[in-house]
Amino acid sequence: MSLIFTVSPDFNTKYLPGWFVVNTMLQRQTGLAIHLETFDDFDSLHDATRLDQIDLIYANPFDAARLVRDHGFVALVRPHARPDEAVVAARAGSLVSSVESLRPGTRIASTDNPDVHMMGMIMIEPADLDADNVTVQQRPSYVLVAKSLLDDDADIGFFLAETFDELSETIRKQLQVLVRSEIQVISHVFLAHPRVAQQMLLIRTALLALAGDARGAMALEDVGIDHFEPVEQEEVEFMIDLMTALTA
Amino acid sequence: MRDMTLDDLHGAVGVEHMLTYADGFRRRIYVVDREVPFPEGRLIVSSTDTAGVITHANESFVAMSGFSLEELIGEQHYILRHPDMPPAAFKGLWDTVNEGQKWHGYVKNLRKDGAHYWVHAAVVPNIRNGRIVGFTSVRRKPSRSKVAEAAALYPTLFH
Repeated sequence: MSLIFTVSPDFNTKYLPGWFVVNTMLQRQTGLAIHLETFDDFDSLHDATRLDQIDLIYANPFDAARLVRDHGFVALVRPHARPDEAVVAARAGSLVSSVESLRPGTRIASTDNPDVHMMGMIMIEPADLDADNVTVQQRPSYVLVAKSLLDDDADIGFFLAETFDELSETIRKQLQVLVRSEIQVISHVFLAHPRVAQQMLLIRTALLALAGDARGAMALEDVGIDHFEPVEQEEVEFMIDLMTALTA
Repeated sequence: MRDMTLDDLHGAVGVEHMLTYADGFRRRIYVVDREVPFPEGRLIVSSTDTAGVITHANESFVAMSGFSLEELIGEQHYILRHPDMPPAAFKGLWDTVNEGQKWHGYVKNLRKDGAHYWVHAAVVPNIRNGRIVGFTSVRRKPSRSKVAEAAALYPTLFH
């Protein structure tokens, strides 16, 4: 029976083929049968975790917190120097010139990515904005968040920083960054379900070794990761405490 | 923890205070009438043990406090206490987190150079195996209206 591996659905879709290669390498290195299951959105992923269907996951920080604390998942590795950051942007030339210039009633375009949404909401707090005095329009992708700004359907948009940076130059030129987070310590993390306990060392070793192999390094490059590094459970607990502190 | 000296102020004019902390420790400080703005997009993060001794500080904390990392680690977190902060505010913080709950509020912090910075702080207990082993504090940029409210309220909380 295959282990079910999934990747948080916030990744750039251009990385999808790369994740299949990473999975192939992982299977080759460990000798385990691992099936990569992808989800189109966070609701589908959360349904799968609720039904206890996931064995391995490259999880975003928000889900990692929930999976570790509520489901006993164990952290194996995390990507080196790849923190999750967010950008709050507006249409260039709009009346919005800074976070402090935002007013109650601000229309926000966001995605279902809980980390980015949380960071975005924190960064507009200095304007006395919170969930009670803004309207949030959920969009299925960051490109459509950008489109909402360009079409003037929203005043500001929340983006995963690396995805914002990868928008086409034509789109980016029509947007202005109001604030970019520099939190530095929140990142994705590779987790294993406790029922995989006997294989954890094998999987962790294989993930850490990926960058030392030419094909493995190329596969990692294709998913935007230089290399995986070990992560101690306490480091993940610290990140979860931090997320807890930030969550209302 | 040493007393502040006029050298810490780098030529600025400071007002001397003698602070007595909750554990009875007394320290001479100087307050300079200058606010340092909170850096955009940053979070100030630190952790302490259960006795309030700093065990972790991130780069933003080091930069905003004016202390070096070496000066902060092992020091009491109250090294940041500004004399305008009423002891009652910190009692509420400690009572809340020692009960295993999250605390948040607006805090005026003292820098090494006597200047200050306002934060919206959230403090959570670090619970491991059902036991509180320390605390993590995360500070973010506050709104000016909340700062104004706190600045008006805090003087009324001194006995």
